[in-house]
Amino acid sequence: MSQNFAFLDEHSKKEIRRQTLKAIAIPGYQVPFASRELPIARGWGTGGLQLTLSLVGQEDIVKVIDQGSDESVNAVNIRNLIQSTTGVEDTIHTSEATIIQSRHRIPEVPLKPFQILVLQVPTPEPLRSVEPSERKTKILHGDKEYSGAYIKLFEQIMRHGHITDDADYPVLVNGRYVMAPSPIPRFDNPKMNHNDGLILLGAGREKKIHAVPPYTDVASLAFEDYPFEVEDFSDKVCRESGLSGVYMDELVDEETGETYYMTNDTSYMLEKMNEEEDLHANHR
Amino acid sequence: MQITDDVVLSVRELSKQFGEGCSYCLDENGELQKNMCPKCHTVYATKDVTFDLYKGEILGVVGESGSGKSTLMKMLYFDEDKTTGQYVLPKDPKNEHNVFEVSSQRKRQIRNEQLGMVYQNPMLGLKMDFSSVTNIAEKLIASGNRNVKEMTDRADHFLEKVNIPLRRKYEAPKNFSGGMQQRVQIAKALSNYPPILLLDEVTTGLDLSVQADVLELIKEIQRDMGVSMIVVSHDLAIIRMLCDRTMVMLDGKVIEHGITDQILEDPQHEYTQQLVYSIL
Repeated sequence: MSQNFAFLDEHSKKEIRRQTLKAIAIPGYQVPFASRELPIARGWGTGGLQLTLSLVGQEDIVKVIDQGSDESVNAVNIRNLIQSTTGVEDTIHTSEATIIQSRHRIPEVPLKPFQILVLQVPTPEPLRSVEPSERKTKILHGDKEYSGAYIKLFEQIMRHGHITDDADYPVLVNGRYVMAPSPIPRFDNPKMNHNDGLILLGAGREKKIHAVPPYTDVASLAFEDYPFEVEDFSDKVCRESGLSGVYMDELVDEETGETYYMTNDTSYMLEKMNEEEDLHANHR
Repeated sequence: MQITDDVVLSVRELSKQFGEGCSYCLDENGELQKNMCPKCHTVYATKDVTFDLYKGEILGVVGESGSGKSTLMKMLYFDEDKTTGQYVLPKDPKNEHNVFEVSSQRKRQIRNEQLGMVYQNPMLGLKMDFSSVTNIAEKLIASGNRNVKEMTDRADHFLEKVNIPLRRKYEAPKNFSGGMQQRVQIAKALSNYPPILLLDEVTTGLDLSVQADVLELIKEIQRDMGVSMIVVSHDLAIIRMLCDRTMVMLDGKVIEHGITDQILEDPQHEYTQQLVYSIL
């Protein structure tokens, strides 16, 4: 049986691209789209996957990561699906890819103007935890009434003395729409502001697409006396590579019981370690 | 009795109907069955309600269940849309011709800056799972405040004013008694110093000593802050204690209005007479 290029039929891809264009035209606004059935279950990255499949062409080079890793089961399976239905080239190197599909991270290497970052989104609605009704949240977005997003942060300050949202930290896009940036760590929020590449966000289960076009203002919500802060890794060093100043995972050595840190973006870590090795080799 | 010429809120011929209406009930001579048209079953929740609210006064609205009191309050707070009518807030800097006609964004602004609402059911006015401080700060955040210290100070001030111990300020209202929830609602409604406060059956369902506390608080707020209020109640004793002037509603219409004492001592309309004489 023959399969259409990139699994979806041409009309579906066209519809998704049309909604994507609308999302780019209204930065941060959630555009509804007809989420298609895919060979993977909803909630496992189908929003991102549909964006990637609708955009991918024969010349593209695709990279897929899951929590910073190219090797996790989810990333490998999605990459295999894209590869087997399109035959396009894939890579682990961020700077070589034209489309980067990611779950929960923006890579350490800054995006370039020709690159598209596709993020998988579980809950696209930043007001959902304070307002369960979709009809009402649509009205709130229309009125630019975002006190719901702020009282959530305010309540965290009241209960814990500081804001506890570590991932999916809400942002105001282009001074108009408050957007859920998908569960990327706070650390990655500033990377969206005036970024060179195009960022697309797809929620397959919730049937929404939103976007941050290049060079758009993206500001993390905060209070005057409780400003936005990213996670601080300045005193931590990656055990594998010796890198610092990147987003790290905290791990426990099972033999010694010791806590150690490791760079989360594995392909970035590999590139850096290879550079180091080459440098040493040249010296010799 | 305080009467000045300062009108802070003015309503003209405010009507709300559920249903299209038909040639029978839209005709002036069409007799309604209570507030419903017997032919097309259109319900006239309020019909041609007209009144003024003056600075610093408390206006009472009495009437039986289904007389349109709560619908009136909901329309004044923009919770419900009107069918026809005019609503003016002369003291607002923008002073629009009819605030029913402004954008929904502007309505939110009026709600946050000019009005405070205390619902009969605290579930409608409070977020039960959020701490009391956050509930009060919500109104401040909505009107643009982004300073945590300033907002918590303001919340403390009003929680003290409504006699909620500050050690319980981080607790969620769902842990509070009905009277305390009502007082948190009042603190929230007051947090932005609104010139107008709308109180819908605030003491219904509270026991007598707690009722007395809440009523005293309302009186105190009127005296100290000069806030104008509209108080909806079906309890005439409360109306007698709080209100300078009173309107009596029946089947969506205002059938009698005047100085509270006058209405209670010398009721003119048959229904008002029945109401006054039925006080136990």
